[in-house]
Amino acid sequence: MAKANMSLTRNAMPVQDALVRAHNFDEVALGYTEEQAIDEANRCLNCKNMPCVDGCPVKIHIPEFISKIKEGAFEDAYQIITKSSSLPAVCGRVCPQETQCESKCVRGIKGESVGIGRLERFVADWHNTFCTEEPVKPTSNGHRVAIVGSGPSGLTCAGDLAKRGYDVTVYEALHTAGGVLVYGIPEFRLPKKIVAKEVDTLKKLGVHIETNVVIGKTLTIDELFEMGYEAVFVGSGAGLPNFMGIPGESLKGVYSANEFLTRSNLMKSYLQNPETPIMKGGKVAVVGGGNVAMDAARTALRLGAEKVYIIYRRSMEELPARREEVEHAEEEGIEFRLLCNPTEILGYNNPDDARDPKNGFVTGMTCVRMELGEPDERGRRRPVVIPDSEFTIAVDTVIMSIGTSPNPLIKSTTEGLEVNRWGGIVVNEDGLTSRNAVYAGGDAVTGAATVISAMGAGKTAANAIDEALSK
Amino acid sequence: MYKIVEKKILNPTVIQLWIEAPLVANKAKPGQFIILRVDEDGERIPLTVAGVNKDNGTVKIIFQVVGRTTKKLSYKEAGEYIQDFVGPLGVATHLDGLRKVCIVGGGVGCAIAMPIAEALHEMGAHVTSIIGFRNKDLLILEDEFKACSDVLRVMTDDGSYGEHGNVTVPLKEMLEAGEKFDMIITIGPLIMMKFVVATAKPFGTPVTASMNPIMIDGTGMCGGCRLTLNVDGKKVTKFACVDGPDFNGYEIDFDEAMSRGRMYADFERNAYESSCNLFKKEVK
Ligand SMILES: Cc1cc2nc3c(=O)[nH]c(=O)nc-3n(C[C@H](O)[C@H](O)[C@H](O)COP(=O)(O)OP(=O)(O)OC[C@H]3O[C@@H](n4cnc5c(N)ncnc54)[C@H](O)[C@@H]3O)c2cc1C
Ligand SMILES: Cc1cc2nc3c(=O)[nH]c(=O)nc-3n(C[C@H](O)[C@H](O)[C@H](O)COP(=O)(O)OP(=O)(O)OC[C@H]3O[C@@H](n4cnc5c(N)ncnc54)[C@H](O)[C@@H]3O)c2cc1C
Ligand code: SF4
Ligand code: SF4
Ligand code: FES
Repeated sequence: MAKANMSLTRNAMPVQDALVRAHNFDEVALGYTEEQAIDEANRCLNCKNMPCVDGCPVKIHIPEFISKIKEGAFEDAYQIITKSSSLPAVCGRVCPQETQCESKCVRGIKGESVGIGRLERFVADWHNTFCTEEPVKPTSNGHRVAIVGSGPSGLTCAGDLAKRGYDVTVYEALHTAGGVLVYGIPEFRLPKKIVAKEVDTLKKLGVHIETNVVIGKTLTIDELFEMGYEAVFVGSGAGLPNFMGIPGESLKGVYSANEFLTRSNLMKSYLQNPETPIMKGGKVAVVGGGNVAMDAARTALRLGAEKVYIIYRRSMEELPARREEVEHAEEEGIEFRLLCNPTEILGYNNPDDARDPKNGFVTGMTCVRMELGEPDERGRRRPVVIPDSEFTIAVDTVIMSIGTSPNPLIKSTTEGLEVNRWGGIVVNEDGLTSRNAVYAGGDAVTGAATVISAMGAGKTAANAIDEALSK
Repeated sequence: MYKIVEKKILNPTVIQLWIEAPLVANKAKPGQFIILRVDEDGERIPLTVAGVNKDNGTVKIIFQVVGRTTKKLSYKEAGEYIQDFVGPLGVATHLDGLRKVCIVGGGVGCAIAMPIAEALHEMGAHVTSIIGFRNKDLLILEDEFKACSDVLRVMTDDGSYGEHGNVTVPLKEMLEAGEKFDMIITIGPLIMMKFVVATAKPFGTPVTASMNPIMIDGTGMCGGCRLTLNVDGKKVTKFACVDGPDFNGYEIDFDEAMSRGRMYADFERNAYESSCNLFKKEVK
């Protein structure tokens, strides 16, 4: 076996050049080669107590799969990962590894942690490229389960149940399955064909996917039971966009990040001659500092904006987005206006001509400067307004990316389904809601979180459903 | 895929289709809408459910050709399929307890008002319908309205059919003559609805207006369909796809809604022209 690689730095991820990628929608990170993967795997010390596994929400056997990479046994590595995760090609790309598995890695104490996410991605991509084995449809156990929503939580729950012989149907409101993975996270970070492949695998396992069905409208949860389903899993996400409630938010050129990203991703308005329009070009301000804000900003840049600002009320340290995305955004030329908060969006108004076509379009945004005060209950320093610090920046488009709330559609049409005061569905440790045989998980329960935690919730519920129905 | 089972041309720009969608047919109530995509990569557009046939699981839509997507849809024939069709979306029009109602429809808005007039008629309510069109050629659904209205006034802007004038003319006349409606339900161009509200205001008659902002998902996810209401002096943001499409006419900020409706005017004009050119080429 090769000698341990004691380099303090990890193998760099090959990426598209920043100035080139800022103008295309191709994937930014290109993935390790086999040599790079083996070299990086050799940095893992195969620790007995496996601290890294603790940091992974679904407890992937990290040292085990990395050992297989060292041997060049990539398919074996894949098999180890899929015991715990059903979306490795996705999580290897989008997990906030630096706060999860990699934050616990002993190699990170002195030097850089092992690139666990990058290795996971490598293994999944290797499998997807070279493995031709088709999944086989398991023999049916005769039980029927319905899943609401086809995001990572719903897809995972569906897959886990289908593998155990359940007859599963996924109901999705939109015309394409994948949830945020297809309408939110852009192509340059997560190619759509990866999600499509996962959905395809599920279909081969016998999962039925019914798009264009809004549960609560087309069918209700009670009707699903009448149709013969014995359990229902709700993975409807946190799709309701929040706005700030400042003047000017209804001007033309103000979007929620959800709308902007949906137009670009799901409706493909980034294509040459799209059918669905989107405002391109000019100066764009994105308000917020999470992954969603980074995605919106980098999408705007790729659509042809001449300048893109991130407006965030705290400082760089508090930015909740994945580190890597922030770095990529900076390299691409996104300008960070930190410790700033918008107070008003300004629009064009021609006093002499009410029919001027420019009327009502965004022209700028007024902001105030902030400083960080006392820590709040979660330990984050609270931003406070600096008096008389108002200033205006000229922009043509404003994208509000200040969070989402769970959609009330299902709650309002399902009697006895308990939600908390933010509208999140209340569940016990098995994912069971206040309604008999109705389970829930993912963002619909926790509010906006991560792909891997949504996946984990789907798994937990699948186990609980299996236990309840196989009794 | 969803099959078109019947097609009927109502006037040179308005077309009626019956589409196979049993789940929607089973559920839809007057005032609700669907969202469709004609083909892969197509735009999602909302259209009102103009009627349902539960026996064969079909849904009726009536649409006006105004841009690229409605043009593409107009080329589809019976027997052909469209890509996506989802619904019923939105909140059904509140009709409970209404005994005397005035429906004011303009243009293709009359198609949207039709199922509401029918439902009211079936409930035994007294229905007055005022339907308006630019000219005689654009007239639609006159017989259908006749069948479910106690009073029917047909208006044309140029006087080429029915009475000469806007829909607000007979409305004002009736209100001034002392007609007491429980509710005025208005559906049509924003500017028309704004004037219906202004006409009703001095008489204090409640007005429900059916709004049609630009939509994408129709489930409350994107916020693109938002509009502003003035409720007791406070501005409130609502999403038309889940909170509407019906709103209290007195609370709606119509000027803002009109402005937002023109957000993509340039894009739409270009898209329409290029799709027409494409069609001309195909015909050659
Ligand atoms: C732009 C963006 C970037 C992100 N980046 C990252 C990242 O880098 N890393 C990370 O870990 N996380 C990221 N996240 C968060 C992550 O994507 C979510 O936490 C995760 O997708 C939640 O999964 P879910 O299954 O709960 O729901 P979702 O993915 O939201 O899927 C819910 C699905 O349910 C459907 N639905 C909703 N209501 C109904 C209904 N009534 N009937 C039928 N279907 C319904 C929706 O259409 C949707 O398809 C990002 C999120 C966004 C928006
Ligand atoms: C709830 C609701 C119900 C409706 N019901 C009907 C109906 O029964 N019959 C009918 O003829 N029309 C109806 N409309 C309007 C119809 O959706 C638009 O005419 C259609 O989207 C135009 O698409 P287009 O590509 O052909 O035209 P475009 O060239 O794209 O646009 C022409 C006009 O349609 C509006 N529009 C464009 N895209 C959308 C969109 N995605 N959502 C809403 N409006 C849009 C534009 O603001 C513009 O004024 C309804 C709209 C709503 C919101
Ligand atoms: S799933 Fe995410 S947290 Fe778990 S090992 Fe993979 S990258 Fe790390
Ligand atoms: S903590 Fe780091 S070095 Fe140790 S087993 Fe996990 S990945 Fe390998
Ligand atoms: S259409 Fe997206 S929220 Fe209404």
